[in-house]
Amino acid sequence: MEKVLPDKSGYFGIFGGKFVPETLMSALKELERVYNRAKRDKSFQDELKYYLSEYGGRPTPLYFARNLTKKLGGAKIYLKREDLCHTGAHKINNTLGQALLAKRMGKRRIIAETGAGQHGVATATVSALLGLECEIYMGTEDIKRQSLNVFKMELLGAKVIPVSSGTKTLKDSINETIRDWVANVRTTHYLLGSCVGPHPYPMMVRDFQSVIGKEVKRQILEKEGRLPDYLIACVGGGSNSLGLFHHFYNDAVKFIGVEAAGLGIKSGRHAAPLYVGEIGILHGSKSYVLQDSDGQILPAHSVAPGLDYPGVGPEHSFYKKTGRADYFVVTDKEALQAFHFFSETEGIIPALEPAHALAYLMKIAKDTNKDEIIVLCLSGRGDKDVEIVKG
Amino acid sequence: MVPDQNKSKSMNRIDSKFGELNRKGRKALITFITAGDPDLDTTFELVLEMERKGADVVELGVPFSDPLADGTTIQRASQRALNNKVRLRDILKLVYKLRRKTEIPIVLMSYLNPIYKYGLEEFATTCRKTGVDGVIIPDLVPEEAEEWLTVARLNKLSTIFLAAPTSPLERIKKIASKSTGFLYYVSLTGVTGARDKLNSNIIEALKAIKRITNKPVACGFGISNPQQARKVSRYSDGVIVGSAIIDLIEKSTSRKAILKNVGNFVASLHQKMVGD
Repeated sequence: MEKVLPDKSGYFGIFGGKFVPETLMSALKELERVYNRAKRDKSFQDELKYYLSEYGGRPTPLYFARNLTKKLGGAKIYLKREDLCHTGAHKINNTLGQALLAKRMGKRRIIAETGAGQHGVATATVSALLGLECEIYMGTEDIKRQSLNVFKMELLGAKVIPVSSGTKTLKDSINETIRDWVANVRTTHYLLGSCVGPHPYPMMVRDFQSVIGKEVKRQILEKEGRLPDYLIACVGGGSNSLGLFHHFYNDAVKFIGVEAAGLGIKSGRHAAPLYVGEIGILHGSKSYVLQDSDGQILPAHSVAPGLDYPGVGPEHSFYKKTGRADYFVVTDKEALQAFHFFSETEGIIPALEPAHALAYLMKIAKDTNKDEIIVLCLSGRGDKDVEIVKG
Repeated sequence: MVPDQNKSKSMNRIDSKFGELNRKGRKALITFITAGDPDLDTTFELVLEMERKGADVVELGVPFSDPLADGTTIQRASQRALNNKVRLRDILKLVYKLRRKTEIPIVLMSYLNPIYKYGLEEFATTCRKTGVDGVIIPDLVPEEAEEWLTVARLNKLSTIFLAAPTSPLERIKKIASKSTGFLYYVSLTGVTGARDKLNSNIIEALKAIKRITNKPVACGFGISNPQQARKVSRYSDGVIVGSAIIDLIEKSTSRKAILKNVGNFVASLHQKMVGD
């Protein structure tokens, strides 16, 4: 059994840490303290479990994709149906957990960043549920791409604040949310949506998302009597992938993360910091990041707004460095092809983010053996993306 | 290989300055501008002009793509400098050039990533050689600063850390112990930017901090006019003014106007702080 990561200072090997303005340090320490207590507190865990099942729709099915398996002609393919969660993606697992924590800390105001809008919708949802005030920062570029989600957030009573600085996407909405938090830290909880940011966020978000892998483990043992050979998931910040991987860390199961190659790695317009990035510091932690030779952060690009981010969670950087996981890339075009193929083959419209994982699966499935098992995290449904695909 | 601009100094310029001001019963006026806003030649002239008009220490901001502790004024300044392709190495060269003209203490303020990318050790060495006296890294807290502290000490650079209204006093004590040159007290819970009113708790906070450290304490964030500077300077060892100066740079239409407007403003800050 290897040591549980991160260490006490929030490090996964050399990655992670707390690189934030001093103003936030006490809030991060408080969050860490309250979270560590809640983790061991049965009443908190029971409350979370209650909401995850009765409200969130858990457990989600582990679906044997018979048509896909047949068409691709290799290993048996199972899909973890996070697209069936309330609000249509895995994001709700984390927002429920953090909103319950915010209540424990007596913080009645929630702020969050959103890229695709999925995390924004999931945050607005739990805020409505628990009677918390909610403001969501969203890049104007993303507001254009995901107008349906903006409307949903407003329906749910949240205020959507447009961010027009920098690249006008996820990276800048995180900057703006951090600035708000710096100013309002005493009354406000920052409900960060991925395994990024300063400690304890990468650990906490992973833990809340690890319900995905925990269920997969039980379900696959019931169905197949053994563990899978591969786990595959898309990687933006890394929350659905780490949620899937976490409970298999010490098992002989291969982890595959799929990043967005956008218009192609050579074009420079992509979102693949693990594949081609360098170590740097962005949004509070040390991790791989897209940057130029002067340490300026480069804009990312992906057709999937949820992957359109120049950084990645520190735990993924650790997996990359230690070889625990392998990372591959898929272009916009390949993801779109997979989006169509999968919709037609299984009657499930996937979000463009997991369509990246599906595209990679399509590439490798034929090279796998029929007696092998692959589990892919279908992290969200594609309703939000039909405009992009149509366009 | 450039000659070492700090070699002959046994004492860091920042320490000498605070010592000198202390003997005179005066407080430090620390002025902040973003290097390369709107261009490096203007920055060069501005540093000299601010010194002529009474600035005691100059802080030069290194532009960064993601300045998450800064309000809109410094964000825009940063963006203007980046649009001009101003790089950290250019700013170090600028300091080297300035050192032929002035002995004013120069502090660089940079987010960690540009420094990390440059290489902590190489950066610290180059700072010493070009004549930088201290460095402020707003996203580096002492817990994460071990490596930086080692290389900065080796190169006799002041390591200036920030303390905030949300920092418990016990923690401020720890931050002060890691700080050299001065301790930077953030006057408000928020990002940088000129404000009409001072935070009402500043004075109490400064008094409490002065009781737990004998290092110079300079106060910044939100201080935007001579009256505020005077008030804060009574309870601290120095006042940092940034966004209010950058607002003037932004509004001025020529280099001449920038120098004149900023010069006048710095003079008014200085006069109010030294006047009785």
